[in-house]
Amino acid sequence: MNLMPSNGLLLEITYLIATALFILSLMWMSSPKTARHGVWAGELGMLLAVGGTLLDRGILDYKWIAIALVLGTIIGVPLGRVHMTAVPQRTALSHAFGALCVTLVGTSEFYLRSPDIPPFVMAVLGLEVILGSLTFTGSLMASGKLQEILPQRPITYKGQNVVNLGVLAIAVGLAIFLVIHPDRTHLFPLIVGIPLLFGVLMIIPIGGADMPTVISLLNSYAGLSAAAMGFVLNSKLLIVAGALDGASGFILSVNMSKAMNRSFSNVLFGAFGQEQAAVAGGAEARSVRSATAEEAAAILAAANKVVIVPGYGMAVAQAQHKVRELYDALTKRGVDVKFGIHPVAGRMPGHMNVLLAEADIPYDKLLDMDEINGEFPQTDVALVIGANDVTNPAARSDHASPIYGMPILDVDKARTVMVIKRSMSPGFAGIDNPLYYLDKTLMLFGDAKSFVNAIVRELHGDGQS
Amino acid sequence: MKMDLITSLYVFMLAGFIGFEVIRRVSPLLHTPLMSLTNALDAIAVVGAILLVGAHKSRLSTILGTIAIVAATSNVVGGFMITDRMLKMFKSSRPQKP
Repeated sequence: MNLMPSNGLLLEITYLIATALFILSLMWMSSPKTARHGVWAGELGMLLAVGGTLLDRGILDYKWIAIALVLGTIIGVPLGRVHMTAVPQRTALSHAFGALCVTLVGTSEFYLRSPDIPPFVMAVLGLEVILGSLTFTGSLMASGKLQEILPQRPITYKGQNVVNLGVLAIAVGLAIFLVIHPDRTHLFPLIVGIPLLFGVLMIIPIGGADMPTVISLLNSYAGLSAAAMGFVLNSKLLIVAGALDGASGFILSVNMSKAMNRSFSNVLFGAFGQEQAAVAGGAEARSVRSATAEEAAAILAAANKVVIVPGYGMAVAQAQHKVRELYDALTKRGVDVKFGIHPVAGRMPGHMNVLLAEADIPYDKLLDMDEINGEFPQTDVALVIGANDVTNPAARSDHASPIYGMPILDVDKARTVMVIKRSMSPGFAGIDNPLYYLDKTLMLFGDAKSFVNAIVRELHGDGQS
Repeated sequence: MKMDLITSLYVFMLAGFIGFEVIRRVSPLLHTPLMSLTNALDAIAVVGAILLVGAHKSRLSTILGTIAIVAATSNVVGGFMITDRMLKMFKSSRPQKP
């Protein structure tokens, strides 16, 4: 099929402008000040490209296109209005939709063009459908786990990686065979079907805490499959959009794997969630100091500088709005309050920032790990809410710790550390946190939302007297 | 065909480098909206699906292409909507210059 259309030049120029707008769109995402311009540029580019395509003379029948566009919009609107805590599963679902589109178009292209497909086209077509279909089921699985439709507990068994890689290798092998013998069309369903299976197998061993890496990786795959589709259709616009998406997902995956101290190859081959081997040793009863909301409020009110470290536990407890009230109450008293955010806090990259921004906390108070770590030594109180492993000083000092080497937020360098936690149970990795036994640490036992609320009430009560 | 291929590879390579440089500069604050935005842009694949359905080459391609348009359109609409919703929430504590 020739997608260089008949009224070619004008449409090609439209695509060229759309491509430029897409790049500008991502450039404007560099700062929250200009980011909304980025969305508008993207929308304009999309409008031009789709509008120009619809006017193409090669289109003979609009009926199905119109129906599909309307249906897509009907599905898209609710997906654009989900709650902010549901953004990770929505994002995973949209990766699945993107990959579905790419896979279906690739499949049609194969059957329209076979049996005489040039080797290079067949190779990228193979890449397109393999990446597309494994991203489709993988993303559906990830979305299901995040939405808690599927069990979140990682399922692992011996030789899992060998089985998974073997399955993928069969699909790749068949695709290579099809490159050499493009007339064996009966093999094509296998290079769609086997990666569909691989996508499921890939996500089975993944637990919730690994989700930021997985979503980023699937994002990258979705982009690369779209770029491959661009090669097949000879569409430069699609190649650029796919390459941008692929690069974005890749960078985020590398960030996430660094933040979790996993090697990138470990992530690339889907070997997530492997090191949960019980490290229950050292759980002998050591004493901790605990405090009440009243005491916590008094210490916070006396501080000059407070850094709040939120983790996914805060979002689970829906405590972000109460945390905003705490931020307001302390700021009103002249306390300098900032937030220290670990790259893997939340269920996808940047998730915690969105949740706090939704609670109306100004973004210039949200600092990432590298920015905030230098400030802990001058911090009077570090308040940890629903975060655990990302504050574990064992990652810095204890060579035997499974998270040794993972970059952490240096909350233990603050003068006083307060940790809001339900109980002394360890975090997802099952690792004990020496932070809790420090002399400067106060444990605030309770539900994040009600405890923060109690502190806020203490602060207000004090102020009114 | 050979030239097309080489040109495409150049485009892919250059776009990859631009992607790395541009995305590296995106503030970690905005990584979630970044992902939903790139996802919406990626749904430009809808263009391929539209041409496929429009050309009406075979029943299979029309059916698969129609589903593909539905899937990609939902990403375009939902992706831009949620990205804008998220970005609207990011406010500075310093008063904005008018």
